[in-house]
Amino acid sequence: MERVVSEVTESVRMAFGQIRANPLRSALTALGVIIGIVAVTLMGTAIRGIDLGFDRSLAMLGDDVLYVQKWPWHSVDDWWNYANRPPFYAEDAVALNRIIAATPRSLLDVAVPVAGRGATVKAGGNQVSGVQTLGTTADYGRTISADFAAGRLFTDTEATAGRAVVVLGSDVAEALFPGRSALGETVTVKGYPLEIIGILAKQGSFLGLFSFDNQILLPLNEYRKFFDIRHGAIQLRVKVRDKLRLDEAQEELVGAMRRVRGQVPGERDNFSVNQQQAFKQQLDPIKAGIAFAGLFITGLSLFVGAIGIMNITFVSVKERTKEIGTRKALGARRRSILLQFLIEAVAICLVGGLLGLLVTYGACLGVQAALPNLPIDFSGSLVLTALAVSVLTGVISGFAPAWGASRLDPVVALRYE
Amino acid sequence: MTLPAPSASRPVRPAGALVIAIAGVTKLYVMGEETIHALRGVSIEIRRNEYLAIMGPSGSGKSTLMNMLGCLDTPTAGRYEFNGHDVARMVDDELADIRNREIGFVFQTFNLLPRADALRNVELPLIYAGVPPPERHARAREALEQVGLGNRLHHKPNELSGGQRQRVAIARALVNRPSIILADEPTGNLDSKTGVEIMALFEHLYAQGNTLIVVTHEEGIARHARRIVRLRDGLIESDGPVD
Repeated sequence: MERVVSEVTESVRMAFGQIRANPLRSALTALGVIIGIVAVTLMGTAIRGIDLGFDRSLAMLGDDVLYVQKWPWHSVDDWWNYANRPPFYAEDAVALNRIIAATPRSLLDVAVPVAGRGATVKAGGNQVSGVQTLGTTADYGRTISADFAAGRLFTDTEATAGRAVVVLGSDVAEALFPGRSALGETVTVKGYPLEIIGILAKQGSFLGLFSFDNQILLPLNEYRKFFDIRHGAIQLRVKVRDKLRLDEAQEELVGAMRRVRGQVPGERDNFSVNQQQAFKQQLDPIKAGIAFAGLFITGLSLFVGAIGIMNITFVSVKERTKEIGTRKALGARRRSILLQFLIEAVAICLVGGLLGLLVTYGACLGVQAALPNLPIDFSGSLVLTALAVSVLTGVISGFAPAWGASRLDPVVALRYE
Repeated sequence: MTLPAPSASRPVRPAGALVIAIAGVTKLYVMGEETIHALRGVSIEIRRNEYLAIMGPSGSGKSTLMNMLGCLDTPTAGRYEFNGHDVARMVDDELADIRNREIGFVFQTFNLLPRADALRNVELPLIYAGVPPPERHARAREALEQVGLGNRLHHKPNELSGGQRQRVAIARALVNRPSIILADEPTGNLDSKTGVEIMALFEHLYAQGNTLIVVTHEEGIARHARRIVRLRDGLIESDGPVD
């Protein structure tokens, strides 16, 4: 044991001595690894970032919410079976909530009707178009995980009465009332004035997906005054009590919904219950494909770096054949020689890996400063993985030359000039 | 190179226990079509506290015998026992251990690690022996003092003269207290004055009780030893005390 420890310490010393003795050669060889590690880690952060972005966006919407809609979230071949499904009404949510209340130990929490469309919102001289305008009930607050920067959501009474109140997403508020509080101010939608009673906290978004920042919320009874809600504009969102039992909850919801719709046994559901999980599952293979292709292509650059390491280790072994002979004469076992050259290859790779990580870190900081909305994840696990990959690269590329060195006949090696 | 003849009044120390016992050793090299009989049946015994020179022209099998004695190579046939261990049947790593513990090598070209200082060069065999660092430093320093380089511990080989380099190499050979010191043309790369110094150092080491084997093609160097083995065509031509 003592022997292995002293051999390894000696090898590490030798390895860094060797790097210092051939600075240019080592730098050029390490450059290959640096480029490889930068490419792979940048790709890694991008992939992790995309993942995080999706997850964050989905979590904002609430990953414990089921969506009752006319169309399922997967593509269908028999579209004609879906096209004639009846629309949903606000009353369906009321009926659902009554069933939920009557069901002991129901897995469902609350159902809300949500109607939505794009609209232009104006205030004073400012206007924002393409705002996601949602009409809903006070229960909506229980289905989202958003915080309020100021104010509150409308109450049940306000919603039922159809009061002209509105909650703004942070981007909308910022655009209409730059640099000042929008609370208590008035905006107009389709010429109808609405009093601002709440502003949602900024969420940030990924590629503009599912952001609350560009939304406004108003009572459904107000919304219906200027938007048509008859033709399939409404969907139902149902929050479940336990997101770990989403599938059971979905079954219960299907049953409850069939009762609301008055469907007879044997009849096909005339609605679809969607969950984000399914949406995610559809995205997962795409994300995996992107990740695989990305890592494969960037992995190629690391492979080129590895070839550089292998080459330089072969050169190093050749140059130091006589030294290998001497070491063997002095009692170095095969293992000692193998270790020495492996550690040398690993040392260069590790130095390259560390420098590469620094470059990636710098690049991440730069991107983050330039595009704060882009989710970037430079995590501890990335560092560990990159260093592990560096070490592995060193071991794999250094092995063949180091193995050859360890097998040299000391007599032949000593005679080598 | 001419060396002064060794003085006549050199003491011969009493030989001790048997260290090397070689009997009927042959070595064949196959080079393509040709088979070369480097050794054709050599028998030799070397005891502790001997000072032996091995001589012979090139092609005599001198180098092959030296590699054999140094456990760098194993015989094709015949017996080789080193301190009772059957070297002839050892595998690579076992031979490495024997070399590490029992043999101190001195090479014609010194073979020092260029980027390591004298102390680290001398420590190398102790690293492979697994001696812990504090003891390693102490023993390497001691060995360097023994060869008169106590004031050159941290000099790199390129900061040392040829003679000093060979002294470092000798310290390296001594440091693991081996059973034999095997020197291959130790003065071959040195001027004659420095050569004399090195041979004087060998004389000193012999007087301290070390066992020395010097391989050389120079009569003048060989005559420093107490016993000369002459090889010719893979056989021992003569083996006897220096007259």
